[in-house]
Amino acid sequence: MALAAFIQTTEKYVNPMSNHSINFIYLVSATLFMLGIKYLSSPSTAKRGNLLSMIGMAAAIGTTMATPGLHGFTLIIIGVIIGAVIGGYTAIKIKMTAMPEMVALFNGCGGAASALVALAEFQSNTTGGFDSFTLITLLLSLIIGGLTFTGSIMAYAKLQGLIPTRPVTYPGQQVVNAIIVLATVALSWFLFQDPTSILALSGIIILSLGLGVLAVIPIGGADMPVIICLLNSYSGLAVSMTGFALSNNALIITGSLVGASGIFLTKIMCDAMNRSLSNVLFSAFGQVVESADDTGEGPTGSMKGYEVEDVATILTNAGSLIIVPGYGMAAAQAQHATRELGDYLGEQGVEVRYAIHPVAGRMPGHMNVLLAEADVPYEQLFALEDINDDFASTDVVLVIGANDVVNPAAKSNPNSPIYGMPVLDVEKATTVIVLKRSMNVGFAGIENELFYKDNTMMLFGDAKSSLHKLVAAMK
Amino acid sequence: MDTGTIIIGLTIFVLACFAGAELIAKVPPTLHTPLMSGSNAISGIAILGALLATGHPESFSSVSGLGFLAVIFATINVVGGYMVTHRMLQMFKK
Repeated sequence: MALAAFIQTTEKYVNPMSNHSINFIYLVSATLFMLGIKYLSSPSTAKRGNLLSMIGMAAAIGTTMATPGLHGFTLIIIGVIIGAVIGGYTAIKIKMTAMPEMVALFNGCGGAASALVALAEFQSNTTGGFDSFTLITLLLSLIIGGLTFTGSIMAYAKLQGLIPTRPVTYPGQQVVNAIIVLATVALSWFLFQDPTSILALSGIIILSLGLGVLAVIPIGGADMPVIICLLNSYSGLAVSMTGFALSNNALIITGSLVGASGIFLTKIMCDAMNRSLSNVLFSAFGQVVESADDTGEGPTGSMKGYEVEDVATILTNAGSLIIVPGYGMAAAQAQHATRELGDYLGEQGVEVRYAIHPVAGRMPGHMNVLLAEADVPYEQLFALEDINDDFASTDVVLVIGANDVVNPAAKSNPNSPIYGMPVLDVEKATTVIVLKRSMNVGFAGIENELFYKDNTMMLFGDAKSSLHKLVAAMK
Repeated sequence: MDTGTIIIGLTIFVLACFAGAELIAKVPPTLHTPLMSGSNAISGIAILGALLATGHPESFSSVSGLGFLAVIFATINVVGGYMVTHRMLQMFKK
């Protein structure tokens, strides 16, 4: 018996609670989810929003558990306990710097859940009595869920450095992917003719899982913010498709909320890099590694490395400071050391602010969460468009592990791969201090002329220890 | 599935997409990571389908087996998503 039919028949004959009351509670849940997102419009109400969303989820689960004729409570409870332990443990233990990896994995779980539910629906209907709309939505749920699962695992592996973060390409890559898509469509058509065909179904599963892997490997680590957003959107879409197949409004509404959220963030990330989504997905950006020049000879001269004491003097004499964090701060776990330096200078009367580029880090809002973890008040954090005009009137800018988002070539060099990308105008400040691990080029492999400018002071070394040394030198 | 149900479903889908876009546009960049982990949590709503599959009348069939796996994945999403969102939001201070 198909799941949708199962719910409907049990409700018709046994259920004292009508289909309508179940749908009503689902509507309440969906409303609470929407309120949850609405309250995310300010950090002061966001926690309340999350609690409302939790209540909505509990109501939806409770209602479904009360469906009369539901069997296998032991199995359900065992499954919930296993999932809750894994999810809860991860949520407590995960480092804030590793948030992109965790979100990627959770996206994958969402995709897997949708695909498995679709597969269960196929299995529960062995006679193949699906109407075409149900069949299409089940297939979409299976395919999108499957590729979200493996795509997310690949994104996780890239972010963790388990596989090369550089784009992995081979000749004919696009052709292979196109063939897989076409083969999936062909098998789907075959399944339409014979919905009981295990062979076609297995083929579709394998191809969709393979597509997730192959679609993500040519994408570089620096483009992962876009991919995580996109996978987030896919996981929502898969849920919506499952909802269509099961005629479940809660799934349809929630899935579309998540889908819209993912697409919205994907667009913000693409705009922040001045690139189209297809460019991110297919261009293997950052593949060409320009040879890193160890002599420090660059576009217009040489990088000037300074001693901690020199840099400390400049900082203590500053009247205003803007700190620009990047992925390097996250990689060095330097968010607490950054806050210490900011706090110390703030106490000395320096005006301290933080400038956050939308694609700094490996996911949207990554830097904000790390600085919040280090107790930096959110009022000190400014978005690109809110602070970019202020650099010209600022004494000192401190760049911590950021590279492409402060590269003036985006404005001046039409041949640069990042030309046209909105960047922070840090070079307009009186002095720019750059904390950088080494003289090597950044993640996207692009030279940064900022490092060679006359008003730029380079301080090489691990960001965390450099910051500690700076604070010690100032005191 | 009759055409009326399909049309109602599609109507809900389209309207929810627009409502979602409006709500999400108002989330400030500083909360974009909690937005992602929070939407992760609610996408665990697939657990409803997973519960029905696991509790299918023919227990210990392939259906309830697949449903069981789906329950695990969806619960990771729900519990992990909400907990990590809560953990992050607690950090945001004035």
